[in-house]
Amino acid sequence: MIPAAFEYYRPQDMAGVLAILEEHGDDARVMAGGHSLIPMMKLRMAEVPHLIDLQDVGGLSDITVEASRIVIGAMVTQADIIDSAELTAAAPILREAALQIADPQVRYMGTVGGNVANGDPGNDMPGLMQCLDATFTLVGSDGERDVPARDFYEAAYMTARDDEEVLTAVSIPLPSGGYAYEKQKRKIGDYATAAASVQITQSGGTCTSAAIAMTNLSDTPIFSEAAGAALVGTALDDAAIKSSVAAMLNDIDPTEDNRGPIAFKKHVAGVILRRAIERAWSRA
Amino acid sequence: MKDEVDTREDRVANLKGMGCSRKRVEDARFTQGKGNYVDDIKLDGMLFGDFVRSPYAHARIKSIDTAAALEVPGVLAVLTAADLEPLGLHWMPTLAGDKQMVLADGKVLFQGQEVAFVVAEDRYAAADGIELVEVEYEELPVIVNPFEALKSDVVLREDLMGEGGSLPDGAHGPRKHHNHIFTWDAGDKEPTEEVIANADVVATESMYYHRTHPCPLETCGCVASMDKVNGKLTLWGTFQAPHAIRTVVSLISGIEEHNIRVVSPDIGGGFGNKVGAYPGYVCSVVASIVTGKPVKWIEDRMDNLMTTAFARDYHMTGKISATKEGKITGLHCHVTADHGGFDACADPTKFPAGFMNICTGSYDIPTAYLEVDGVYTNKAPGGVSYRCSFRVTEAVYFIERMIEVLAIKLDMDAAELRRINFIKKEQFPYQAALGWEYDSGDYHTAWDKALKTVDYDGLRAEQAQRVEDFKAGKTRKLMGIGLSFFTEIVGAGPVKNCDILGLGMFDSCEIRIHPTGSAIARLGTISQGQGHATTFAQILASEIGLPADSITIEEGDTDTAPYGLGTYGSRSTPVAGAATAMAGRKIRAKAQMIAAYLLEVHDNDVEFDVDRFVVKGAPEKFKTMKEIAFAAYNQAIPGIEPGLEAVSYYDPPNMTYPFGAYVCVMDIDVDTGVPEIRRFYALDDCGTRINPMIIEGQVHGGLTEALAVALGQEIAYDDMGNCKTGTLMDFFLPTAWEVPNYETDYTVTPSPHHPIGAKGVGESPHVGGVPCFSNAVQDAFRPFGNTHTNMPHDHWRIWKTANELGLHG
Ligand SMILES: Cc1cc2nc3c(=O)[nH]c(=O)nc-3n(C[C@H](O)[C@H](O)[C@H](O)COP(=O)(O)OP(=O)(O)OC[C@H]3O[C@@H](n4cnc5c(N)ncnc54)[C@H](O)[C@@H]3O)c2cc1C
Repeated sequence: MIPAAFEYYRPQDMAGVLAILEEHGDDARVMAGGHSLIPMMKLRMAEVPHLIDLQDVGGLSDITVEASRIVIGAMVTQADIIDSAELTAAAPILREAALQIADPQVRYMGTVGGNVANGDPGNDMPGLMQCLDATFTLVGSDGERDVPARDFYEAAYMTARDDEEVLTAVSIPLPSGGYAYEKQKRKIGDYATAAASVQITQSGGTCTSAAIAMTNLSDTPIFSEAAGAALVGTALDDAAIKSSVAAMLNDIDPTEDNRGPIAFKKHVAGVILRRAIERAWSRA
Repeated sequence: MKDEVDTREDRVANLKGMGCSRKRVEDARFTQGKGNYVDDIKLDGMLFGDFVRSPYAHARIKSIDTAAALEVPGVLAVLTAADLEPLGLHWMPTLAGDKQMVLADGKVLFQGQEVAFVVAEDRYAAADGIELVEVEYEELPVIVNPFEALKSDVVLREDLMGEGGSLPDGAHGPRKHHNHIFTWDAGDKEPTEEVIANADVVATESMYYHRTHPCPLETCGCVASMDKVNGKLTLWGTFQAPHAIRTVVSLISGIEEHNIRVVSPDIGGGFGNKVGAYPGYVCSVVASIVTGKPVKWIEDRMDNLMTTAFARDYHMTGKISATKEGKITGLHCHVTADHGGFDACADPTKFPAGFMNICTGSYDIPTAYLEVDGVYTNKAPGGVSYRCSFRVTEAVYFIERMIEVLAIKLDMDAAELRRINFIKKEQFPYQAALGWEYDSGDYHTAWDKALKTVDYDGLRAEQAQRVEDFKAGKTRKLMGIGLSFFTEIVGAGPVKNCDILGLGMFDSCEIRIHPTGSAIARLGTISQGQGHATTFAQILASEIGLPADSITIEEGDTDTAPYGLGTYGSRSTPVAGAATAMAGRKIRAKAQMIAAYLLEVHDNDVEFDVDRFVVKGAPEKFKTMKEIAFAAYNQAIPGIEPGLEAVSYYDPPNMTYPFGAYVCVMDIDVDTGVPEIRRFYALDDCGTRINPMIIEGQVHGGLTEALAVALGQEIAYDDMGNCKTGTLMDFFLPTAWEVPNYETDYTVTPSPHHPIGAKGVGESPHVGGVPCFSNAVQDAFRPFGNTHTNMPHDHWRIWKTANELGLHG
């Protein structure tokens, strides 16, 4: 598994990155941790004549917890997320999810920016970010713009990001209430057979808000508004969970692969979501 | 002198001989990244070769255009079958008596088949060259199912057809169909059928032991270097049998054997994958001869999984009969064996289905019959013994499933059914119905110890309660108790019935004692991680009384090592270990004469004591082995040649028959299909134990590979013959995360015919482990009507079983 020849760049600032992207258009790609991109290059499924390494671009590795939001730099690794006590206190679901991604070696390299920008339906963070209603900051030669995670994903490997744009940060409104990231996988290092992110709030035993997103069950992450809505105003009884699961099943569209056929995936998606809702509720 | 104050125990401990958990001497280099694997070899001017591989499983090749590839800077040559044909090397013999294309000769028979060999200055240029070789294919109908193959008009192997469409015999006799390879049988057909027809109870089951792959961490590879000045070819490679490779290379290339040196450097696991000969070896040798430069070929992971030897792929149908009380009276087994496009199984020549005829297992079954049909399909060739002796995992899986199925039919406890059918201790040596003579065993003791340790009755009571709770809606988890009692047949083997390509399966050891009392011993085997340098030195230490730390063990260089058949099928300890002990005894016999001379007594008046010869009845008069070694080189002893060396070639009188009792306790989430292993207990009896720590390591490794195979590891194809599991994302290789804590235990029943009583252990845990994990899954569903489901028991298949049994409401 040897990639086709490529030119390697290691610019020291964002202007340098943008200049190369401008010059080479879609012949150029940025590389963060490389743990999605390099395998694809080796399989010759991605040809990248001009590879721009982001490691030396400063200012992309900060985690900032503000009064009402969290900002995570694109180059923050999954291991950094796991290690940050401040972040875990503010949004514990991030750590719970990151611990279920790949294995420790991959997590030392893999970044938040790469994970959400990649557009692979198997990645865990896109669904997570949709659940948390995050916003992605993109910078291009025309300046900066923000795109909500819930509007970012178009199809497998197709996102709202232009080829000449770089994702610099992910901003998350400070979450509250109970949370759960539940993932079924065949083994360590595997993408999800089905995964669910749930963030729930309650007041006096009644659910006041619920956000639900599913991973690897369609060609994009699925933010299921209906599944969340089915819980709001209920006491999270069995009927409410059933209707939430039914609403979610309506929104996903899994395909058969080595993990199993469609019927199995739908069944597991339902089981996983139920468990995630129950765990989140117990923490709400 | 220090020796005089050392107690006898001190002297024994100082040797680090047999029975001691000596630390592995190999690990210093492995844990520091200082191993020397084939890909570490770098020679001046070395080139790199790599394959253009077929994207199709069955296609005719209409043309190959290499022009564009040759334009790539650094690409020096592109070999095709047309280039190899004048040398007679476009096909090569397989270990199974078939022949295999080295490079596609007019057609391809499996996805990933070698079509052209691009030789370049480095592997990057080779990879770019591969992209530019243009091959025009015409797709042919693909057959991935052996039962369809036997009905199909499509001829996979036109090269094996006779005049006018006739069907000449194959290497193992008559063929029934153009896609049929052989029929092989053992036992008594009619009597078995009669016993089964008249039995009180008969259980029948069909099971598929899926195709999988040994997947060693280090893939296969080699470096070929032809020295045109002195005419010598050196071939470094990942060879589990370096001497056999030397002989094969000589036979097919015409280079005289003394001009070929084959070296197996450190090997990163083999598990059977590195026994056979691959097109990469032949092409590297040819490329080195053509270019006059060393040529390296190293597989990548996908090449390894998709093209080099797979394991298993046995469709087995069984009938087992018994009395009402559960005494087994007969066993019938038929196998349809999918061998892929070429028959490249690695078995002793007379055993095209390996030792599948050990399938009567640990039970006293008076009448049995086995028939195996080998079949060609459009899948990769292979059929090697993945961490087992030849087809022994298949055999043990078969019988250990049939026992469970019979227990269900009899409505009997499966542990008890085993107990009443075990071969009894006093029946050994035991003549089995399918031809083997089991050397020794004490199955009842092992079984009782295992069941007692795990509190079997308690587990069954807990399981019954769990079923109640499940039915009452209190839990969604079922509990399975997996049992397995296995008997292996290892240590191939006696030259009278075991050979590979006509080479008898003896093995060898040569020892040289140095004047100062240290030694080097060379063997015909080759470690791939088993720790030979540690354990063989321990055997010798006990035999010749020199410390294991003063003995170097060397293997794998055919210029220096004595001829041997290599390491696979747990044969190293049973065969080369025996040769080591026997060579050691020759050393000791000569040392006895030297000692007697030095002590001025008759030969018979001295006796061996740990590390010295003492005068009988006068222990204060002695010569240590160290002193004797020096005397062998500095004294003129009348009637005795100088020096202290010995060599032994050991032809074992019989195989050895390790056995064991395993129990697995598993909880299964019915809704997701996720199994959780709560407990795994493994009792192994491998006869005399050389190094308990290494045994435990081997057991852990073998169980982990068993877990892999039982719970998810497979090589799967779609209908077009595309391999669906070509990367480690889909091919299951367990890590510390998936692996439970193993409890190990043992009994010791030495082999009566082996010089030190050792039987071999490296493969037992895999052989016994696979049915144990599988039986645990099956047992969980037994209360709901399950009799058998096929492996691998991955999440979706377990879920499917639950679903089909109506457990999802
Ligand atoms: C064995 C293995 C198992 C894995 N298992 C999982 C898993 O279970 N769950 C999971 O979510 N992931 C998994 N991954 C993927 C891993 O988390 C990746 O690291 C991650 O998906 C991508 O992050 P990266 O920093 O490595 O990105 P890269 O590989 O460097 O980049 C990925 C893509 O994103 C683009 N990109 C990267 N950064 C930016 C940016 N700042 N702006 C714009 N575009 C950018 C790149 O151009 C490229 O197209 C696994 C990977 C491996 C090797």
